[in-house]
Amino acid sequence: MKPQAFAYERAESVDQAVAALVEHGDEAKVLAGGQSLLPMMNFRLARPEVLIDIGGISDLRGWSLSQDTVTIRSLTRHCDIQNSDVPGPLGALLRYAAGLVGHLPIRIRGTFGGSLAHSDPSSEWCMMATLLDARMHVMGPSGARVIDARDFFLTVFTPAIEFDEVLTHIELPALGSNYRVNLKEFARRAGDFAIVAVMSAIEVRDNVITDARLCAGGVSDRALRLVQAEAALIGQAPTPETFAQAASLASQEVDPNGDLHGSKEFRQDLVKALTKRSLAGSLT
Amino acid sequence: MSSPRESITLNVNGSNYDIDVEPRRSLADALREDCHLTGTRLGCEHGVCGACTVLMNDEPVRACLVLAVQAQGQAVRTVEGLSVGSEPLHPVQQAFWEHHALQCGFCTAGFLMLATSIVESDNVPTDQELTDVLASNLCRCTGYQNIKKAVCSAIEATRK
Repeated sequence: MKPQAFAYERAESVDQAVAALVEHGDEAKVLAGGQSLLPMMNFRLARPEVLIDIGGISDLRGWSLSQDTVTIRSLTRHCDIQNSDVPGPLGALLRYAAGLVGHLPIRIRGTFGGSLAHSDPSSEWCMMATLLDARMHVMGPSGARVIDARDFFLTVFTPAIEFDEVLTHIELPALGSNYRVNLKEFARRAGDFAIVAVMSAIEVRDNVITDARLCAGGVSDRALRLVQAEAALIGQAPTPETFAQAASLASQEVDPNGDLHGSKEFRQDLVKALTKRSLAGSLT
Repeated sequence: MSSPRESITLNVNGSNYDIDVEPRRSLADALREDCHLTGTRLGCEHGVCGACTVLMNDEPVRACLVLAVQAQGQAVRTVEGLSVGSEPLHPVQQAFWEHHALQCGFCTAGFLMLATSIVESDNVPTDQELTDVLASNLCRCTGYQNIKKAVCSAIEATRK
């Protein structure tokens, strides 16, 4: 349970990190909080020759709010998000989801951007980025670029970040007060990744659903928007019948692989139950 | 393959340790092998069991998921720092003793450090919050109830 030997470099700025990545090519990996990368290295599932530690770059910590956008910088820790005072429904969803990331000691080291760059399809942040069409900002040798969440998660553990790019910050829409947000997870043990999770954000005006966003984790090689269920919600009244119909559609539109944690049918059933429960409640 | 060693200074329990480590050396291994502080135990070595929990800047972390080179410049606290020499036991240690919160003892150092972070924090946790935090670490002997009792008792003892 020891990682393969590697060289270690500390980057004091994003530019330095990018320069180091350019120098070492795809044999280098970026080290943020290390709560996903170091276990993978201990198992030797990841064997980078060089680690570029960006943990000391203080510019990459914290969040800010401007008009209708909340920007979270990549090294913001899960525990900082859990204790943050981001306003409105987005803040409620961020705080609740952060509390479901691993255990306290993991949340103290692990980072928002690190989790997204790790791209586990069951991760709370990958679900949230997908749910809310987050905009991922990366910096590379030819400058900054933005990757939309729908183009960011290519497959399991594979984000659309080039080997010489660093994820710097993520923009999320500050949801208005008409949004109801929720997250329901099913896991065997506290702190585990969910076997299936469903996150929802619906906007209700005059008792009519005007925007509907649903995202499921644990059913595909990336967090998946439940587009048919979303479409069925728009224009309807937020009633238990509406939610039940959307939940049925949600379970039919996913095609999960079964594994030892749960069969395909069990996961589809979880999507149905969790979608219904997620829509029926609200964190605000 | 080995890689060049780095000369680092670890601050552990208020003392500085000048050590030479490979970058791949975990903080847990550095504490045990290089600082000769063997109170910290290693269980799973991938962040699941919590046996190696130590405090870094007074926050609990998995010492198997922190590289020694990352801990440079941080204040590390281990079980050895809770009570030194002939000092009376730390209130958390005393409470673990009184409430029979250990059997084989392998997880104990990790639980003591996790419990110390809870006892030292400004918040008094609710019963559910305490359950959630203690779920961070695995104990295969006591079944957690006595550990919960011990932590509650230590919280009370230190707030009097």
